[in-house]
Amino acid sequence: MSHEEMKSVAASCPNFYWKLFQSTFLISAFTVGGGFVIIPLLRAKYVDEYGWLTDKDTLNLVSIAQSMPGVVAVNASIILGYRMAGLAGALTALAATILPPLITLSAIACAYSWFASNPYVRYALKGMQCGATALIVNVAIDLLQKQIKKKLLLPLAIIAGTFIANFFFDVNIMLLVIIDGIIGLLFLRGQKYSK
Amino acid sequence: MIYLLLFWEFAKVAVFCVGGGYASMPLIQSAVVDTYHWMSLGEFIDIFTISQMTPGPIGINAATFAGQKIAGLGGAVCATVGFCTPSLLIGIALTRLFFSYGDIGAIRGILNGLRPAVVALIAAAGISFVVLALWNTETLPADLTAIDPLGVIILAGSLAAVRRKSGVIPLLAGSGIIGLLLGIARQFL
Repeated sequence: MSHEEMKSVAASCPNFYWKLFQSTFLISAFTVGGGFVIIPLLRAKYVDEYGWLTDKDTLNLVSIAQSMPGVVAVNASIILGYRMAGLAGALTALAATILPPLITLSAIACAYSWFASNPYVRYALKGMQCGATALIVNVAIDLLQKQIKKKLLLPLAIIAGTFIANFFFDVNIMLLVIIDGIIGLLFLRGQKYSK
Repeated sequence: MIYLLLFWEFAKVAVFCVGGGYASMPLIQSAVVDTYHWMSLGEFIDIFTISQMTPGPIGINAATFAGQKIAGLGGAVCATVGFCTPSLLIGIALTRLFFSYGDIGAIRGILNGLRPAVVALIAAAGISFVVLALWNTETLPADLTAIDPLGVIILAGSLAAVRRKSGVIPLLAGSGIIGLLLGIARQFL
């Protein structure tokens, strides 16, 4: 990918940065549900409506966004923005993605102490905490079932070891992640582990 | 310096967070609840709940909320920018690598090791959520009879609804309304 190629989208479209900011901001502001919802919308806007990117490029870039650390929606907007207009494009798309939640959550955080001390709000929050707990338990069960079905010994050993170390012995999470990453680097490069 | 600390802690979370929104949760919990006591587990679950209903990834929402609570708007911005900085650097580096070399085996290996780790961490976080929902305490209680009946009812109902693939918003709205009604009912009994 040459530098000129990256700049070409920005140069060929008048008001490119404003259009990029505005469309990304609106998508981020009205998308509930995180990366898996926001990515198809970004694709629809950048590929179908504006023709800034090709479909194949977008798929490759999104797969990079999904396989690197961090939040998928943020990663995707950075990488797509970078592909279209270099660092300036990456920063524009990033700002447009994080501003809506920053504004919403700042407002909620300001009102939170008043909000949480009201007994009726407290009851509703307690109920919603139980709902959120059910969600996370369900995600954990689904993920565990998928891993067990694969019947691969080493990944299952990683699950058991990591769980015991974290839950019963309070081993630092960052340390566990580093250890499991090294195990993967050494022993899990095979194709069968990538499914 | 609190601004730098917020920036640094959320940058660390972003570097070690592999696998999307749910995966970032145990890491953020470890930093803001267990290590620095910036918020209680209950407040943290409130953020998680609010994140499910408001736009935006949970990592960004938690960074903003924690930053705002500890150091005002400046704190919110520092934590959020800290959370995005690693993505910016890694994203640009990987995009350039990808267009030069294609698929990278070492990165695939590391990710294959991290995916099961994330499953274990989410399961552990799920159990601490269940303890809080049922006993209103953050550590496993010695007295198992001190269970909150309200928590049992709503959690059981929510689990049944989730297993039947109810949507996130109806689930949270429904459990909120039932919590409110049962709470009021308990006041009058």
